[in-house]
Amino acid sequence: MAFLTDQPIDLAALHASIAAPDRGGMTSFVGAVRDHHGGRAVLRLDYSAYGPMAEAECARIVRETEARWPVAVALRHRVGALAIGDAAVAIVVAAAHRDAAFAACRHVIEEVKRRVPIWKREYYADGTVAWVDPTAAVQHA
Amino acid sequence: MSVRVLLFASYADSLGTDSLDLTLSSPATVSDVLARVRSVSGGGVLPPKPLCARNLAHASPADLVSDGDEIAILPPLAGG
Repeated sequence: MAFLTDQPIDLAALHASIAAPDRGGMTSFVGAVRDHHGGRAVLRLDYSAYGPMAEAECARIVRETEARWPVAVALRHRVGALAIGDAAVAIVVAAAHRDAAFAACRHVIEEVKRRVPIWKREYYADGTVAWVDPTAAVQHA
Repeated sequence: MSVRVLLFASYADSLGTDSLDLTLSSPATVSDVLARVRSVSGGGVLPPKPLCARNLAHASPADLVSDGDEIAILPPLAGG
C-alpha cells in the first residue's frame, strides 16, 4: 500500500477500504492546511518527503497500532503543492467499538508527526518562504 | 567503507546538495558520519543531535554503520 500520494486524499475511499460488518465504530482525523503560522498569513505550502523511509515508517506505525488495539487503520499523507484547506493527512480507524477507534486514531497521528520524515515549506503573504520547524519556539500563534 | 548520506529540506539547502558519498574507516558510527558532514561547507548548520536514519529506519548516534549503508540526516519533521 502506498501511504504517500501527490493526489487529493479520498476520505470516502479510505473509509471503504477498512469498513466491515464487524467494525461498528469508525473514526477519522483529517489534518488540513492552515492559513496562518506564527502570526503570519500562509498562502500555500509544499510537502516533501524521504519517500522510501516515509512509506516504511507509515507501515510500521499502522502495523504497531493494529497490534496494540483491535482495529484496522487506513492512512494517507499528501506530498507536493497544497492549497489552504487541502487535506494534508487523513487517518481512518475502524473497530468493533468506539473506544479503541478513538485511541488508535490519536496514536497514529501523534506517531506520524513524531516519526515520519516529511517536511513542510510555507509560502507567506509577505513574500517570504520558510521550512517549518515544529521544534522552534513560535507555534500555535 | 563507503556510505551514502542523504540530506533533506533545510539541510539540503544549507549544504547545497541532497546527497554526499563518504569513505570512512571501519568501524564507524552514525556520529562519525555526522562529524564528516559537519566538516563540509554548510555542514555547520547541523544541530548537536539531529535526527538520523540508517537504511530507512531511525538510528541513534552510537549505531554502527556498514559498507553500502544509506544514512539520512533529517531536519525537524513537519508532517501531519
